[in-house]
Amino acid sequence: MIKLTINGKIIEAEQGKTILEVAKENGIEIPSLCYHSDLTPKASCRLCLVSIKGIKNLQTSCSTLAMDGMEIETETPEIKKLRKTNLELLFAQHKEECPDCVLQYNCQLLKLAKKIGVDLSRFEDRKKDFPLIEFGPSIVFDSSKCIDCGNCIEACSQQAVNYLEIENKKGFNQITPSKTKSCIYCGQCITHCPVGAFQAKSEFEQIEEPLNNKNKVLIFQFAPSIRTSIGEEFNLEDGKIVTNQLVGAIKELGADYVFDVSVGADFTTFEEAKEMVEKLESKTPSLLMSSCCPAWVRFVEKYYPEFTKNLATTRPPHIILGGLIKTYWASKEKISPKKIFIVSVMPCVAKKYEITRKEMLFKHNGTSFAPVDYVLTTRELAYLLKKKGIDLATIKPQMADSPFGEPSGSGVIYGASGGVMESAIRTAVKILKIKNPKVDFPKVRGQEGIKISQVEVNGKTLNIAAISGTGNAKIVLDQLKQNPNLYQCIEVMACPGGCIGGGGQPLPQDKKIRQKRAQALYQIDEQKKDRTAYDNPDLQKTYKEFLKNEKIIKAICHAKYK
Amino acid sequence: MEEQIIEQLKNSGLLGRSGSNFPVWKKWEAVMKASSPRKFVICNASEGEPLVEKDSFILENHLSDVVEGLKLAMQTIKATSGYIYLNSSFYQKHKQKLIDLIGDLPIELFQKPEGYLAGEETSILNAIEGKRVKPRVKPPYPIEKGLWGEPTLINNVETLYWISKIANEEYQNKRFYCIAGEAPNLGTFELLETYSIEQILKETKNYPNFPFFLQVGGGGAGEILLANELQQPIKGLASIIIFDREKTEPIALMKKWAEFLINENCDQCTPCREGIYRINEILQKTPLDKETLQEIFAVLEKTSLCPFGRTAYKPFKTTLEKLL
Repeated sequence: MIKLTINGKIIEAEQGKTILEVAKENGIEIPSLCYHSDLTPKASCRLCLVSIKGIKNLQTSCSTLAMDGMEIETETPEIKKLRKTNLELLFAQHKEECPDCVLQYNCQLLKLAKKIGVDLSRFEDRKKDFPLIEFGPSIVFDSSKCIDCGNCIEACSQQAVNYLEIENKKGFNQITPSKTKSCIYCGQCITHCPVGAFQAKSEFEQIEEPLNNKNKVLIFQFAPSIRTSIGEEFNLEDGKIVTNQLVGAIKELGADYVFDVSVGADFTTFEEAKEMVEKLESKTPSLLMSSCCPAWVRFVEKYYPEFTKNLATTRPPHIILGGLIKTYWASKEKISPKKIFIVSVMPCVAKKYEITRKEMLFKHNGTSFAPVDYVLTTRELAYLLKKKGIDLATIKPQMADSPFGEPSGSGVIYGASGGVMESAIRTAVKILKIKNPKVDFPKVRGQEGIKISQVEVNGKTLNIAAISGTGNAKIVLDQLKQNPNLYQCIEVMACPGGCIGGGGQPLPQDKKIRQKRAQALYQIDEQKKDRTAYDNPDLQKTYKEFLKNEKIIKAICHAKYK
Repeated sequence: MEEQIIEQLKNSGLLGRSGSNFPVWKKWEAVMKASSPRKFVICNASEGEPLVEKDSFILENHLSDVVEGLKLAMQTIKATSGYIYLNSSFYQKHKQKLIDLIGDLPIELFQKPEGYLAGEETSILNAIEGKRVKPRVKPPYPIEKGLWGEPTLINNVETLYWISKIANEEYQNKRFYCIAGEAPNLGTFELLETYSIEQILKETKNYPNFPFFLQVGGGGAGEILLANELQQPIKGLASIIIFDREKTEPIALMKKWAEFLINENCDQCTPCREGIYRINEILQKTPLDKETLQEIFAVLEKTSLCPFGRTAYKPFKTTLEKLL
């Protein structure tokens, strides 16, 4: 432990932390903008200035380690004045578009402006004519809001994608998409941008579009992970479980039915467990990779195409559930599938891209259908609710419509990295009729980027890895190239910590927040009677009544990636 | 033997001739004492400051002495290898001779990428490592974590030249002065470091017989001095540029500097990227918004990420105060 003083307050801290981190832990707020705990300090905004006794120049607290005996001041008149000028300069390159901003309720720039008392209009916006750049069907980069901190570039590079680059134009470095590389639509640029320069495509303009389908049966289905994250948008504590409030709020919005995608996850689990068992029993060992994360699938297709054949053919939960709704449920309810409009609420911007993939279409009675018609992100739904004056914190909770029954605990933990793997193993051991099967696999839980474990099944050892972040996936794929038998099953989620850290989730987010979101999902799982998808009685019933043969199972539940 | 050279450097009082003014022996001692298995020495031969050509002169006339200084540095700190980091014109000009002088020593020639900032010491590290050429956040300093994270000694051409002289006991506290601009007798001159600017101008037959002002410390970051301020020696970069006061329009001069800096800065930190842009913007309008300019000068000086930003305000501030 070291001892130092900040603004006269004596503080004890662990060695190896920065001054900014130590201050934060001790309730001392040092204004900062470009700092993000997931990334290396850029020290570029120059707001987190502090003076240290005995050191001539002011230092940035994000990049300076706290040392024993330091006497630090964070709010001298000189620092305040310099900070104000720098903040005014930052504002002058950031075009304020507050009503249409992902950070409108949580804007650090505006908070600081208020605190420090800056003149927002001191300079003319330098970037007012800078363009909007679209990344496929998922992301929009408004370069007129960018403050050039480079966080997005590092986030993209941590993902081993490097789609974002720097280009020099008229004496200024500008962030610009690569002409040769492909974006995987993970949206980590959105979650790491301090000023809302990135957002999901149509995050604001077309947000009410799904509600305009008056002559259709409007169905909303919500992803596993958002029940423990969307509360943050309504000032509830991080990781607050709001499943039934969410249903109540969406009903209030005007949806005819609200389904829980965790039920779809049980179907995905069952099908993926079958794939796992098939691999396990096959004489020639081969690798099975999860495929419910569309950014990961795209990463494989664009950067490791030789592994495409290893992707599980089982479709993502919301795609399967959408397919079941438009077929099985529709015929039971005597509704034409053409009359159904399905909106998926997802933690993810890549899901906007996923529903445009032709592999996701299914054929039913000779006609081709899209299982899902529209994707809203967690943030977009929260924005829509707020716009309509619906407060999740006070809304009357309702149960989700459950034509396919209650989801098992497995279906809920899909939202956290390792959850798909754990769910599939829980079901696989049931399929293999193993006695007294284990239900908990703690080694694949948590916020580590690569989690390795071994499972003994019928005398065979299954080497598994649960990975989050495509940068970590790259490490594992490169190992697999050298040693193809290293793992038999890997689960990959493109975002840190899995879907709870998705590009469509509430902002801000960091490791601590992701941890709380994930813990709450495991808490739901623990309290469920059925924790294994295989045990879900309604799933069994659906297979008996509808998913009766391979042909229909293939049509609704599987996709082949080429 | 290593202790001895450090002692010699200490006694000589030699300061870094890049303009940093840092005691050379301190850097050497720090890298020498670092216990890393890999250490590096870099000779910075990037001379990119506008209108400064003293390193060019030294390379032209004393190349072998510079290499001697580098060898001495490598021996002293027990370097794994050394680099000579040359701007492209120096590289073309001296490549062959340097190869001959280096022989089979582990010294590599490295051609500097384009750009003013590529001469800044932490940008050099990035350039050699093949990374994006931009200054690094300090600390850590290169003497702690330099090239590939290892202790690295970076000295400028002139510093290494004088070190070879110190080792041979030929050092007489001189330095090289580069005189440019509206001067009758332009060039690089070797004179005592204690000389006042007036002495330097007179000694080199450059004292103007017309109303003038000077920019001292480099054509990009040097400060403006008037005729009545020349009784002092030069502490930073030994560059003097002479301007004809009647022929020089101060606003136009400042615009020229601003354009140069906008193009040459790295755009990492707010004060330098946005501040210099705003200086240029303010210069286009009359009357000059001096209050805002002063605020920008303050953030440049006190809050910039690298020495480039921290000195970039100087010519503007002194022009504003002395010529307008």
